[in-house]
Amino acid sequence: MLDEQKVDSHGLDVRIIPTEKYKTTTLVLQMKTTLQRKTTAARALLANVLQSATDTHRSRKAIRRYLDELYGASFHADVQRKGEYHVISVKMEIANENFIKNAPPLFQESVSFLQQVLEKPYLPEGSFDKQVINEEKRTLIQRIESIYDDKMRYANKRLIEHMCSEEPFSVHPYGEAEDVEHLTAQDVMDEYRRMLVADDMCLYIVGDVAADDVQKAVSVFSVSKNPEDSSYTPENKTVEPAEEKEIQETDDIQQGKLHLGYRTPVTFADEQFSAMQVMNGMFGGFPNSKLFINVREKESMAYYAASRYESQKGIVLVMAGIEPADYEKASAIIKQQMEDIRQGTFTDDDLEQTKTMLKNQLLETMDHPRGLIELYYQQRMAQHQRPFEDWLKQIGDVTREDVTACASRTVLDTTYFLRNEEDHT
Amino acid sequence: MSETLTFEQVQETVHKEVLPNGLTVLVIPKQDFQKTLAVFTTNYGSIDNRFVPIGKTEPVHVPDGIAHFLEHKMFEDENGDVFQTFGEQGASANAFTSFTKTAYLFSSTQEVDKNITTLLDFVQHPYFTDESVEKEKGIIGQEIRMYDDNPDWQLFFHLLSSLYYHHPVKIDIAGTVESIQEITKEDLYTSYETFYHPGNMILCVAGNADPAHIIDLVKQNQEQKSFKEPEPVERIVEDEPAESVQRVTTVPMSVNTPKCMVGYKIPVPDKQGKPLLRHELSVEILLETLFGAGSDTYESLYREGLIDESFSSEFMLERSFSFTAIGGDTNDPDTLAERIMEAVEQAKSSGLNEDHIEVVRRKKIGSFLKQLNSPEFLANQYTEYAFFGLHLFDVIPLLEEITTEEIHALLPEMFQEHNRAVSRITKKQEQSS
Repeated sequence: MLDEQKVDSHGLDVRIIPTEKYKTTTLVLQMKTTLQRKTTAARALLANVLQSATDTHRSRKAIRRYLDELYGASFHADVQRKGEYHVISVKMEIANENFIKNAPPLFQESVSFLQQVLEKPYLPEGSFDKQVINEEKRTLIQRIESIYDDKMRYANKRLIEHMCSEEPFSVHPYGEAEDVEHLTAQDVMDEYRRMLVADDMCLYIVGDVAADDVQKAVSVFSVSKNPEDSSYTPENKTVEPAEEKEIQETDDIQQGKLHLGYRTPVTFADEQFSAMQVMNGMFGGFPNSKLFINVREKESMAYYAASRYESQKGIVLVMAGIEPADYEKASAIIKQQMEDIRQGTFTDDDLEQTKTMLKNQLLETMDHPRGLIELYYQQRMAQHQRPFEDWLKQIGDVTREDVTACASRTVLDTTYFLRNEEDHT
Repeated sequence: MSETLTFEQVQETVHKEVLPNGLTVLVIPKQDFQKTLAVFTTNYGSIDNRFVPIGKTEPVHVPDGIAHFLEHKMFEDENGDVFQTFGEQGASANAFTSFTKTAYLFSSTQEVDKNITTLLDFVQHPYFTDESVEKEKGIIGQEIRMYDDNPDWQLFFHLLSSLYYHHPVKIDIAGTVESIQEITKEDLYTSYETFYHPGNMILCVAGNADPAHIIDLVKQNQEQKSFKEPEPVERIVEDEPAESVQRVTTVPMSVNTPKCMVGYKIPVPDKQGKPLLRHELSVEILLETLFGAGSDTYESLYREGLIDESFSSEFMLERSFSFTAIGGDTNDPDTLAERIMEAVEQAKSSGLNEDHIEVVRRKKIGSFLKQLNSPEFLANQYTEYAFFGLHLFDVIPLLEEITTEEIHALLPEMFQEHNRAVSRITKKQEQSS
């Protein structure tokens, strides 16, 4: 079932998932370190800077034209928060040359390009180009500020900031605008050097590729996987919510954004992980979940009402868009749904349905090249192997008692509500 | 009426059958895929608000947002919520309404036969009550409120209402909180009976699928149901002037970054079949050459801090309308609008770089291949094209054939000053976040 193979390379950890099902080859280079405010802004800027100029292609336009000539290879570097880790991902997807008349060897080219991006950036006078730094600072600050323009994302960000204020997890992966503002070319250079020697690095390749060809192609890299760092796990001690927090903020908007944050001690490596997945699925993961049925279908209070389980961190986030006047009622209904799961107020059919949906979701994720890579990377981050066959079986084996136990250990921490000023009483 | 089309270069095969009741069934098997995706689409969307109901002679004008309302209500019948049935069968179901289509879909990795049957049966069984129609108004009201707060959506629809005088493309797909209050169950039945006839619909299955078996299953399902004789649907579309309505629309919203979009209303070309597809692809090459990330314009706008990665251009060609829209987030909407118009004028006077067109052509070919990895893209796009009598897989040979002269020839007709409009979202308050 789409097994991951380790490629014997000189230093870099290279994993391939050979398959003929796609018309493209996907490459994802992951670079991971602990999440902390003092390096996050520089790393987010670094991701932008690395994709803007290499020693061979010295502008964004030159890079774009080169990639377009390689039959529209897609290329993007970005940053993500995964639990208490900060991950820079450099992603490429390139057409399989077998489907194009007279195409050049695209795979070899794309690996070499990725190596240039990482190891041969454009460094006039030994550091990053000041103009590039300034352009990318502006872009990154605009991207940070634009989170506010998407009210669902903004409410989510505010919830996390209030709920996890004492934890690294409250650091947004893009960093803070004021931190970005103060960065110099030298700061980015320092972070770049540190990343090359200290980040846990791994390159994933999905497509119609053979181990020996990949081995040859990746020999261009001189970075190593930095094993001294990869065994390190950041401290993610379970935070016991002292008392429930309730926060309301205002904005000039029509719809109220109601977001709730729960904490759970169960994370990816836990043996109760699949039970927790089922619990979340039943709570708000699917259109037949309790939140969807009760908040939307029964009460007609919302268009969306759903929950998401962040398994690297151990939190469950609920989100619903409602009329501001319905705040009390909607919060009460949402909390009641969790209480009902704790009390076992659900049918065996509900349980079986959720398990079926969850297995289906896992299998469907495997159809996307990047989804597949995410599934493997999740295991690497948690340092816990969960082969797909076992995973599917574990979901199937979850009992009613497992689910109620998980719900009992899932505790409300913060209720956040973003609403308009007008009818605020 | 069964045919199998093989497209050697992309190694894809399409199985097609038109059933006696008029339903078109398409199956696109994808080797090694876990999931099966089925999309059941009617050639009916938000713009179809004036028509002659089936079996009647007088045209009606239905409330704004009705196609979308109907999409929501289809999921409920005497026995409750069809999401429940799909859930029991391990499928995840969804639906969407666009300007010209309403599509119902599921994906699953098991019980595919049962899920296909459920899909066909629920879409072919309307059941509306006064009570359930009233209840849905709260849910859709919140969906509309969500879009009211979405600056990209507002930018786009304000552009359309600045381009079009009469054409219903300017009306928000979901309607307004007010317009949906007028919707009754009788309106829903009228629209349903007119537009959900099998002759107006396509079922497309992509992914893990055995074509002969699926076609047989659908045939048996349809034979058990009776439908009226197919009748061509008579839609009423008012004449739309060539000129745009208004030069500039500005809407202040609670945002940190303003937005700007420049649009051009374009007459629908008098073409069908491959020439129409060729026209669409030529315009896409033209836009990518002018405004893509590899263009001179993009590079200079980016360097000057006028755009970020949200900058994009799109072309829409549909049954009775066609337009382009170019723009994104910007700190200076006025200057960005001017620069977009200047880039167009510059290309009109000095032409395009032919080497760059060749690079863009390659890019389009590769991007198309990438999309073939996705059963969602395959099913939705194949269906879109099939309603125009086109085959999706003709795209690559056409991309290879289109000449640079053809692309140049588009410039004067595509971008005219009197067809143009600008939409802007500005910051409502000085202080935020």
